[in-house]
Amino acid sequence: MLLELQNVSYRAESDTGVKEIISHVDLKIDERFVAFTGPNGGGKSTLAKLIAGIYTPSEGRILMDGEDITGLSITERAKRGISYAFQQPVRFKGLTVQDLISLASGKKLSAPEVCAYLSEVGLCARDYVNRELNESLSGGELKRIEIAMIMARGTKLSLFDEPEAGIDLWSFGNLITVFEKMHEKLGGSILIISHQERILNIADRIIVIADGKITKDGTSKEVLPALLTARTCAALTKNA
Amino acid sequence: MALDVIQKNLLKSIADLEEIPEGAYNIRSNGSLAGRHTTANIDIVTKTDKPGIDIIIKAGTKNERVDIPVLLTETGLDDLVYNDFYIGEDADVLIVAGCGIHNAGGLKSEHDGIHAFHLAKGAKLKYVEKHYGEGEGTGERILNPTTEIEMAKDSYMEMESTQIGGVDSTVRVTKAVLEEGATLVIHEKIMTHGKQSATTDFTVDLNGKDCGAHVISRSVAKDESHQLFLSCINGNAPCNGHTECDAIIMGNACVSAVPKINANDVDASLIHEAAIGKIAGEQLIKLMTLGLTEKEAEEQIVGGFLR
Repeated sequence: MLLELQNVSYRAESDTGVKEIISHVDLKIDERFVAFTGPNGGGKSTLAKLIAGIYTPSEGRILMDGEDITGLSITERAKRGISYAFQQPVRFKGLTVQDLISLASGKKLSAPEVCAYLSEVGLCARDYVNRELNESLSGGELKRIEIAMIMARGTKLSLFDEPEAGIDLWSFGNLITVFEKMHEKLGGSILIISHQERILNIADRIIVIADGKITKDGTSKEVLPALLTARTCAALTKNA
Repeated sequence: MALDVIQKNLLKSIADLEEIPEGAYNIRSNGSLAGRHTTANIDIVTKTDKPGIDIIIKAGTKNERVDIPVLLTETGLDDLVYNDFYIGEDADVLIVAGCGIHNAGGLKSEHDGIHAFHLAKGAKLKYVEKHYGEGEGTGERILNPTTEIEMAKDSYMEMESTQIGGVDSTVRVTKAVLEEGATLVIHEKIMTHGKQSATTDFTVDLNGKDCGAHVISRSVAKDESHQLFLSCINGNAPCNGHTECDAIIMGNACVSAVPKINANDVDASLIHEAAIGKIAGEQLIKLMTLGLTEKEAEEQIVGGFLR
């Protein structure tokens, strides 16, 4: 089993006292594409951050390939093969696209090697290699560079936090091709937090997370129709 | 002339030179001349009234480089020089200066360079200055450079000054006066650590119509170090002025930024920006998710910021 969560809970201080954001989650993941979906604030990103080691569980255990990684740092988990594409990519004054993609791959990459990754995410590569990851890049450009970094890492578990947000000029079709190519090359699992029907459609498994718990878990065929009906109803109620 | 290993290392650190440079140069080592070479277009003359040199670049000189490194390897030396640079009309040259101190002893080593640039009409200059200190001794390493810049009509100067580390105390004073159509761009990079202190003080007078200046400082203050950034741009004509200070603060360091802009003409357009902050936690986390340790992540962020 690539990834296993055993009775994982996460509590954090809030204005109204201690709040349980993730509540006793049990999960085993070994599929190709797994989608986390559900309402905003339901705990999807928190769960991804617990897996990447950015947050430490208040209770429970996280295992990767059977090894207990609960106590391991972000760095140690990254070295064991976990990648995490942020929902809101970080800017770095002075560091270039080439620097970041090189750091992601673990070795100094040549300009053509960096270009190859950038082309995959639909960026005209030559214009970007030496660009700084500063305010001059748009949110959508940063988002694609973030995805290119995950491709360069080439790990067995890749977490994407709402990769489609802000890349509307680039079609979802391309994004899906990127995921498929990544899997072809690396195997392992790609875990995507998304609200997008087209991404949910290609998932081998959809896990719905609400109020810190798994409320639905099954194949795309099993989960998606009910999910879409519920969404349509909610939208109609809102517009009525 | 032959340089020893320590001198060669200093030369590499401040001027990126492995050997004696080609073209025009003047190497000053431990307070005296260690080597000089002039070219058909560039003359270097020792001053007779005070320590220092005049560097005279003929009008129309293009694509030539002058290296004027200063090396201090004796402890207890107090070195003061006055260097004047005359850049002829329409010349386009690169001047690389810098001072490297290797202080292996217990006494203070100090180099104070007073550089005056006189740019003639249409002259174009890139001036690169690096300051660096090293050595296992307990003696202080002090560098106090003063730069005075006079820019005639339509001249252009880009100044890159870097203090990479190892300098215990520095007070850097830069004054510039610009005439019509002249442009001055200054990029300063400073890193302080331990108990070091650095003060930089820029004053730019924009006196001519359509002249402009950009003073950009990036600094990192670590440990218990102190930094003070002073920058004053006076817009005395229709002109553009911009001053920016961006600092990363770490440990128990202390950074003050005091940008000041004075508009004395209704068509003067002046901007100042200053930002001081620690390394953002999310930047560290991002690099750690790429497999870097926290320390490695910090080094990458600081290295990029000061590049």
